[in-house]
Amino acid sequence: MKRKFSAAIAALFGAVMAMGATAQADQLAEIKQKGTLVVGVKTDYPPWGMRDANGNIVGMEPDMAADVAKRLGVKLELVPVVSSNRIQFLQQGKIDLMIATMSDTPERRKVVGIIDPVYYASGVALLANKAANIKSVEDLKGKPVCALQGAYYNNDMQSKYTQTDLVAFKGIPEAEQALLDGRCVGFIYDDVVLIWKKAQDPKFANFEVVPLPQWPVVPWGIAVKLEERDGPWGKFMAETITDWLKSGTLLELEKKWVGDNTAWLKEASEKAKGN
Amino acid sequence: MQRLTDRNHRPRLMEAFWDFLRSLNDAYGINLVQFYDDFERTRLLRGMWTTIKLAVICIGLSVIIGIIGAWLQGSRHRVLKAIVQGYIQFFRNTPPLVQMYFFYFALGPQMPRVVNEYGIAQPMLGSFEWAVISLSFFAGAFNVEIFRSGIEAVQKSTIEAAESLCFNRWQTYWYVILPLAVRFCLPALNNNLVNLAKTTTQAYAIAVPETLYVASQIWSDHINVFEMMITLLTFYLLLVGVIVWLMTRLERALAIPGFGR
Repeated sequence: MKRKFSAAIAALFGAVMAMGATAQADQLAEIKQKGTLVVGVKTDYPPWGMRDANGNIVGMEPDMAADVAKRLGVKLELVPVVSSNRIQFLQQGKIDLMIATMSDTPERRKVVGIIDPVYYASGVALLANKAANIKSVEDLKGKPVCALQGAYYNNDMQSKYTQTDLVAFKGIPEAEQALLDGRCVGFIYDDVVLIWKKAQDPKFANFEVVPLPQWPVVPWGIAVKLEERDGPWGKFMAETITDWLKSGTLLELEKKWVGDNTAWLKEASEKAKGN
Repeated sequence: MQRLTDRNHRPRLMEAFWDFLRSLNDAYGINLVQFYDDFERTRLLRGMWTTIKLAVICIGLSVIIGIIGAWLQGSRHRVLKAIVQGYIQFFRNTPPLVQMYFFYFALGPQMPRVVNEYGIAQPMLGSFEWAVISLSFFAGAFNVEIFRSGIEAVQKSTIEAAESLCFNRWQTYWYVILPLAVRFCLPALNNNLVNLAKTTTQAYAIAVPETLYVASQIWSDHINVFEMMITLLTFYLLLVGVIVWLMTRLERALAIPGFGR
């Protein structure tokens, strides 16, 4: 009995070692051998990842994934992920690569291999009513600003700048409707989403996106498994992202999907060209 | 003793108390930021004041609506009666939250617009006004039925006595029926007004900066959900407690020995 048990332990240990060894192996070669690249993307975050009328996953990030597959000469398989499961999917090997609007944070760098350089970034902006003539955050004192309940920038916005209660709602549609109804001078939200909304929706013709540099820009990272970050697969992705920035591929894709270029991406592309 | 009552030293005493609350957070992780932080305290107090204003105005308006509605229900005009009945059915059979959304987002933008000081054409009524309208009419619909139950409890012979004294319909209602009816229906009215005071929290959905609205902002900024929940519950317990106390006093003041027993 005892021997059987220790044999089982040994077998289990061996299996774990073998799994570790597979993880250590060259994932880049593996993907090429498989002939398929599996990428986790979002389907709930237009225009970065969404479904079209036929149910296909489309968007800026699926386009980037397609480009990676093209460079490798393999087929592409897109797997829908959400914010709460994307890290686990990568760790469990269900996806080879994650391009899923993930903010780059020190905590996440401990669990997944976030590739440098980062490919995108979002900050905070105000979709402002042109009639109110808002040029910067200083113009907001005493004025009603629409917001989302629970957003991290609400407190600073109210205590430092507007100094009056925000007009905050549960969801984006309510906040947008209140903005269109003239109940506030602007709607504070992620700048990239506001740029997209403004570009694609004619009802925002009389509104403008005012950047609010008072809040720091948060970079978005593409990730591979943590142990692959410094291996051939991670290096390949780092080179790919650098090339996207240098060649203007990301600027083109952003123009195509978001409708306009963000200041951060323009600057990052310039910087990549300079190096 | 002299020092503590000195006006100049009073702020320092408050400051010491806030420091004590702050130390609770450092020592035990009990985060009462809603009291010791000037910004959070000010906005929470403002939120509570908004709740009190909302509750008092709506209670007043809904009672007036109830009295008038119950009188119109006894009218001989069929159309008038139908209108009151329609009003009751609409407001009693739809959830107050849905009404609030309907008024603010569907009806609100149809109102005439005025250009405000920021140069934006804004619909005439804001979120607070719509909350007052929605809540008053909602509770008013129940009040009409409550007053009706009181009116129906008044004995026919009393009304006939008033009529034989040449009281007209309004005089009979105002001087004879209503004073008796109010005494009959006070317990039910109490219930409805207490409910109304609690329903003011739904104004949160249309961004009226009342207590729940402010509290949810504070707990999402500081993740002190437990402490905020206790604060919220205590506040509403006190608010409703005061309303119940006032209504009980009214009930006692109106009591007629031997009536309604």
